[in-house]
Amino acid sequence: MIKVTNLRKRFGDLVVLDGIDFEVKDGEVLSIIGPSGSGKSTLVRCLNFLERPDAGVIEIGGVRVDAEKCTNREIRELRLQTAMVFQNYNLFKNKTALQNVTESLIVVKKMPKKQAEELGMELLRQVGLEDKRDNYPATLSGGQQQRVSIARALALRPHAILLDEPTSSLDPELVSEVLQTIKKIAELDTTMIIVTHEMDFARDVSDHVIFMADGNIVEQGPPAEVLDNPRMDRTKQFLRTFHANRKR
Amino acid sequence: MNFDPSYILELLPRIIGYIPITLFMAVLAMILAIAVGLVLALARNSKNRLLSAGAAVYISFFRAIPMLVQLFLIYYGLPQLFPIFTKMDAVTAAVIGFGFKQAAFLAEIFRAAFNSVDKGQMEASLTVGMTKVQAYRRIILPQAARNALPGTGNIFISLIKETSLAFTLGVVEIFAEAKMQAAESFRFFEAYLAVALIYWLLIIVYSYLQQKLENYLDRPYRT
Repeated sequence: MIKVTNLRKRFGDLVVLDGIDFEVKDGEVLSIIGPSGSGKSTLVRCLNFLERPDAGVIEIGGVRVDAEKCTNREIRELRLQTAMVFQNYNLFKNKTALQNVTESLIVVKKMPKKQAEELGMELLRQVGLEDKRDNYPATLSGGQQQRVSIARALALRPHAILLDEPTSSLDPELVSEVLQTIKKIAELDTTMIIVTHEMDFARDVSDHVIFMADGNIVEQGPPAEVLDNPRMDRTKQFLRTFHANRKR
Repeated sequence: MNFDPSYILELLPRIIGYIPITLFMAVLAMILAIAVGLVLALARNSKNRLLSAGAAVYISFFRAIPMLVQLFLIYYGLPQLFPIFTKMDAVTAAVIGFGFKQAAFLAEIFRAAFNSVDKGQMEASLTVGMTKVQAYRRIILPQAARNALPGTGNIFISLIKETSLAFTLGVVEIFAEAKMQAAESFRFFEAYLAVALIYWLLIIVYSYLQQKLENYLDRPYRT
């Protein structure tokens, strides 16, 4: 389970997260939507302390960290509970596709190389890239790179996977291969938090949707409510603009 | 014209005999410079103000003083303050002098190389559970090394040439040998031309090796 209580973050005078609370049950998929600058990315980046929250309590898979008093050891424990898929992939550029997946197994889990490679190949097969095992990231398309990064995220069997706009840097024709990969993994009861602008995908894949604006959660609930019958004006306005832009 | 090419041919083998001491000083000084330069670069990039300022002062000082002044300071100056340094031989003093100075230049090259690695590489390393040290060793350093190689190669070339200054401390390397031969035969042009050609040859061989290394390090980035 993931439980976030009163999470706060400011950059200088700008309040980015103004006391966020939410929960994600095991096996659930949570989508976070909202206009840019609303704090969605900062929120997921606080969950693994890529951004250090100013205050709040984060509980993931039995590890509980209080942002106001936590040690480096606790931060690392918390990080081991999640894996992340970045908007611009961030594959290790000096490693092949297979090495990207096995790196954490070998370095962090101290798994023997051979065993790590077997597991790595299985994960590459899951994302449909076993024939690219020896390719370096520079020779892969954006969609392929993102699928490798999903395999990398799965390698440590984390409690949850955090995806920060996983398709936003992709060429339009490459979006669907990545979304399908994510969907396939969601169907295996992987706990996920996805920051996304893909409303149809969010409706399709999530159990729960959060709409954020100006550092606050404006509305949350099942996708059918938040995306199709929003209660709050701010949500309605956002979705109206979103659909209008899409028609154009 | 008073020029005797055959004398050059006669000299070359004699000077070549001193290449090992020249390379010995250059390679040892380079290893020292890389080790110290790496520490300086990390200190300079550190969030700890004291470390960063200390590294900045070191870099500023060793970049500023001429090589010759520094060698004299170490070899002739230090023993006056600390008698234990009278036991230091000239080669050691030269290696320390060359290494400490070039460390300052390498630190700046390394710092730029570290900064040129995308911030996302460290973030990705942390999110898969690596410690910062593991991330530096396995992900950041190898990528920075490729960016640093051309600049680092220039430093090594400078080092090979700077070893000629060691003659001022009494070390007999290729330049000192050429100088002595010239004084004996009064054929200055031939002697210095011979040693110049040998430096050229050394640099050509090194440049070739560096090119090979660059090609090797470039493999992951070729599309």
